[in-house]
Amino acid sequence: MSGIPTPKFEEERRFPAPVPTDRRTFLFAAGSTVGAAAAAVVGSVAQAADQNTPPGAQHFHVAADPTKEQGRPVAGDGGYGSRSQFEAEVRWRFPTANEYSSWSMTPLDKMVGNLTASGLHFERHHGGIPTIDPSTHMLFVHGKVDAPRKFSMVDLKRFPSVTRKHFIECSGNGLTEWNKPTLKTVQGTHGLLSTSEWTGVPFATIAREVGLHEDGAWVLAEGSDAAVMTRSIPLQKMLKDAILAYGQNGEAIRPEQGYPLRLILPGYEGNTHIKWLRRLEVGDQPFMTREETSKYTDLLANGKARQFTFEMEAKSVITFPSGEMKLPGAGFYSITGLAWSGRGRVQSVDVSTDAGKTWYPAHLESVPEPICTIRFSFPWAWDGTPAVLQSRCTDETGYIQPTLAQLIAIRGSNGPFGSIYHLNAIQSWGVDADGGVTNVHA
Amino acid sequence: MFTRNARMGAACLFLALVPLGAFAQTKAVRYGFGAPATPGELSKFFSIPPDGRGLPPGSGTAAKGAQVYAQSCTACHGDQLQGNPQKGIGGDRLIGGRGTLATKTPIKTVESYWPFATTLFDYIKRAMPFSAPGSLSDDDVYSVVAYILSQAKIIQPTDTMNATTLATVAMPNRDGFEPDPRPEVQLYR
Repeated sequence: MSGIPTPKFEEERRFPAPVPTDRRTFLFAAGSTVGAAAAAVVGSVAQAADQNTPPGAQHFHVAADPTKEQGRPVAGDGGYGSRSQFEAEVRWRFPTANEYSSWSMTPLDKMVGNLTASGLHFERHHGGIPTIDPSTHMLFVHGKVDAPRKFSMVDLKRFPSVTRKHFIECSGNGLTEWNKPTLKTVQGTHGLLSTSEWTGVPFATIAREVGLHEDGAWVLAEGSDAAVMTRSIPLQKMLKDAILAYGQNGEAIRPEQGYPLRLILPGYEGNTHIKWLRRLEVGDQPFMTREETSKYTDLLANGKARQFTFEMEAKSVITFPSGEMKLPGAGFYSITGLAWSGRGRVQSVDVSTDAGKTWYPAHLESVPEPICTIRFSFPWAWDGTPAVLQSRCTDETGYIQPTLAQLIAIRGSNGPFGSIYHLNAIQSWGVDADGGVTNVHA
Repeated sequence: MFTRNARMGAACLFLALVPLGAFAQTKAVRYGFGAPATPGELSKFFSIPPDGRGLPPGSGTAAKGAQVYAQSCTACHGDQLQGNPQKGIGGDRLIGGRGTLATKTPIKTVESYWPFATTLFDYIKRAMPFSAPGSLSDDDVYSVVAYILSQAKIIQPTDTMNATTLATVAMPNRDGFEPDPRPEVQLYR
């Protein structure tokens, strides 16, 4: 990021380059165009600290007419690009009391397409973000196996890999919205959802490598963070499609997403996708960790709690127009949003502009992939009168995204203290006559 | 059942694999990457299921646990185990709340909600104190577990917690959980 010395600068400070004494060398360095360009780049980077440059961007001089000035030199950024200084969308941390056990939400309202930029992928941490050296990181696989083994990152990357696009959604996505519309934007109501292309080794490959005992039924996954986060996962799921992922969107997985190794469990609630994965222990019973007993269980109205509610069910949300936006007036709008299901592909999406009285099929903007978001759109000629916009997802199992009333009828309404998780109800955005868009229950 | 033909088939298969060299000789599907994990390496890990397997040696009482709690836990969980919602802290309430789970304001604590005492040991040993995780000795963990369970009136103040007794503690909400019934059939009507 701008304002922070790059490792190169650190090196230079510790080991100052010898001052050129040879006159020719000195003249060359000072007088050449290369030297001047380098000075210009250093100069423009140096400005960054004084500018209000968005995170992830560097400040550069803006020419009045870019066709009349030389641009920046090729690879002058050190070889890793940054986003435009004019793009400022960022994750928003939900104001939990403690900033180490907290979460940040993806700005869905400002995103285009289907994949989430790695730097905007939502976060949920239970003990801060560790910094892990991949050269010393190990994955241990043991328990009810024939031969307990450890794998370095180099070892894991030697196995044949798979690359798959999947969403991850926190089961707490929307937890503020059970009783009344609370957060104002779609980043607040739905921003614990992100989609990436993940690359790694199928767990099944590793299981074959260590040999499973007949009585193995659950696998404890353990992270290498300060929470030493643990969840028990059914072995059946692990063998079906679990990925030990080291890649995200074509590069190494981001530190906030579990660098150097994360468990990906397609369609399961986000907290089970253990980050900074260091250990898999095969057992015959669930281990009943804190995260699968006192947390991430769904307390119903009758006082009983559902446990091991893994799947994220079919859901969708309109991201444009959405909360806090303002439509400039009657006319044509392309309503757009995202739909997803943890049980398979999205089959279809319907959109309503009259609070669910009538539904029309939306256009799916790409071919649905299993357990992956898809962007949908719907052409809308707004007549300038108040409207309530909704979307409804149907997945390939035939499950139709429910209304909030349907969910509460089954699970009760003890939220925000009771059944706070797994809210996949239809979202409503109210459009006022003046074009203002707000989060409403309808 | 092995027939003569099957045996011949197996022999032919074996012969066919041999020319592939050492890789095929072991087991055709094994890559052999990684290294054996030794018992010594695995001994630093733990995960305590409800039957108490893996509980370490040692023991503790509520009396000693009160000291450990005062030193390592009070700042975030309060001197009455009431929690601390203050900005920058946000420690959970640990006791109370029995009988509230079926109300509009359920209070989920170790006392009212946690189904297994082993989970409490596992979690404290694993991740507490929040700013210095894993720093308590096993005796200290047993002690502070005993203190919390005693303050929650789940065990007697004089009870000793160790690898044998901890797994026998009867938590009030032991039967409060049910498996996931989803997809909810009501949604298909």
